[in-house]
Amino acid sequence: MSIVKTKDLVFEYIRRDEEGNVEGITTAVDHVNLTVREGSFIAILGHNGSGKSTLAKHINAILDPTEGTVWVDGMDTADPEKLWDIRQRAGMVFQNPDNQIIGQVVEEDVGFGPENMGVPTEEIWQRVEESLRAVGMYEYRKYSPNKLSGGQKQRVSIAGVLAMHPKVIVLDEPTAMLDPSGRKEVIRAVRALNQVEGVTVILITHYMEEIVHADQVFVMDQGRIAMEGTPREVFSRVEELKSLRLDVPQVTLLAYELKKRGLELPDGILTTEELVKALCG
Amino acid sequence: MLRDITLGQYYQTESVLHKLDPRVKIGGTLLFILTLFFYKNFLGYLAAILFLAAVIRLSHVPFSYMIKGMRSILFLLLITVAFNLFLTPGTVLVAFWKLKITQEGLKAAVTIALRLTMLIIGSSLMTLTTTPNNLTDGMEKMMGFMKIFKAPVHEMAMMMSIALRFIPILLEETDKIMKAQMARGADFESGNLIARAKAMVPLLVPLFISAFRRANDLAMAMEARCYRGGEGRTKMKPLQYKKRDYLAYLCMVGFMAGSIWLGRLPVL
Repeated sequence: MSIVKTKDLVFEYIRRDEEGNVEGITTAVDHVNLTVREGSFIAILGHNGSGKSTLAKHINAILDPTEGTVWVDGMDTADPEKLWDIRQRAGMVFQNPDNQIIGQVVEEDVGFGPENMGVPTEEIWQRVEESLRAVGMYEYRKYSPNKLSGGQKQRVSIAGVLAMHPKVIVLDEPTAMLDPSGRKEVIRAVRALNQVEGVTVILITHYMEEIVHADQVFVMDQGRIAMEGTPREVFSRVEELKSLRLDVPQVTLLAYELKKRGLELPDGILTTEELVKALCG
Repeated sequence: MLRDITLGQYYQTESVLHKLDPRVKIGGTLLFILTLFFYKNFLGYLAAILFLAAVIRLSHVPFSYMIKGMRSILFLLLITVAFNLFLTPGTVLVAFWKLKITQEGLKAAVTIALRLTMLIIGSSLMTLTTTPNNLTDGMEKMMGFMKIFKAPVHEMAMMMSIALRFIPILLEETDKIMKAQMARGADFESGNLIARAKAMVPLLVPLFISAFRRANDLAMAMEARCYRGGEGRTKMKPLQYKKRDYLAYLCMVGFMAGSIWLGRLPVL
């Protein structure tokens, strides 16, 4: 069953000058057709300005399509009556952890979503505890968000979304402002959500290492979906990725270069272990 | 270390006063201040001083912290006292040069000094024992009746608590911008007051831009989490009166009645 589906989705930003006259139109998303199965882990890749964030904002009904339709859990995002249902079903985590934490204490921030939904007090506490445990931040529930590291803050943001019991979580470059260890922390938490809690994950990123575990990868370029497939399929097309200004993981690149020089290696090697096995085994 | 600054002047410790409902503390402080203006003799003030001393003991906050709040208004206090002392007409007690101190002036000066001091200490006792967040919550609940007049009470409270949350973040940002500009030769330290104020202008522009950007991001994040104003919203930590809160109200009313009765006895 598809949890998120887009059909011929087009979104245009209209640029205006100071008098409000239309200066030009930028098509950020251009006829995108996307189907996401419930429970899957999807990654959307693309360099800056490829339209991936704009696409993400459609899933949470922050942006309305210019043309085409987006369905979340069977609901049309253009339907204003379904707006809050959609936002509850499809949670969203943004890039900057400082700009999305509302509470002055970790637990209060996680409770913000359920409070808005009108969940009874006792259930809020229950949800907050569950969500904080799921991302491994329960010990920090009484902390001020200002005292946490970037990775921890981002995990709190994820818990905040999780407390709303969404069916799908859209993460819009959640690791872009983090250091490598923070990045690992966040990705580990996201994978756990997908595998243990069964939440559908749509991860938007430009770090290749993060999508290795995805079920399906979409590569965007100039608002269009340029490539799609499993990580292995996508990574085996090294030249194509390079032309889209994307880097492949170092191991994959090494394997690719070795193969080009005549070594017998399978396509799309993703991890160091795989390469070791292929070389020595 | 800007992130560690304490907002408002909350003093973290365990005490009955810290545990009280913020509404009791706000209401109590207002009542206390009001009571101060009913006294006609010094017995009332004595009662108020004793009561305040007892509450300070209960709060477990060191007395020096209360005094800190006084420092900022010391100048104002001195001027008020001086005016009252020298400019009240009546029976002259002492006179030198062009100044004269009258009996009425002396009484007025002492009264105003006592009132102002207790007013400041009383209200700082409230801010010292209540977190800013709790204060906002209490005010939101107390102002709830204003909703009848379509006053955006919830929105105001939300704005206040968000402002509180962003103060340390914006401070840190200011620090960053300052350092970045100092690295390129900006001078924030030398020159007179006007020159220094002028040096701040190039600091404010990037700070404002970034604050607006943050506000925009935050608004989007809040909407994404189903925020749609106060209506239909539940509370994770609802304010509920407990036994000790009723008891505190009782003490407060008892003090008010007792001290006003004392303060209006026909002595002095």
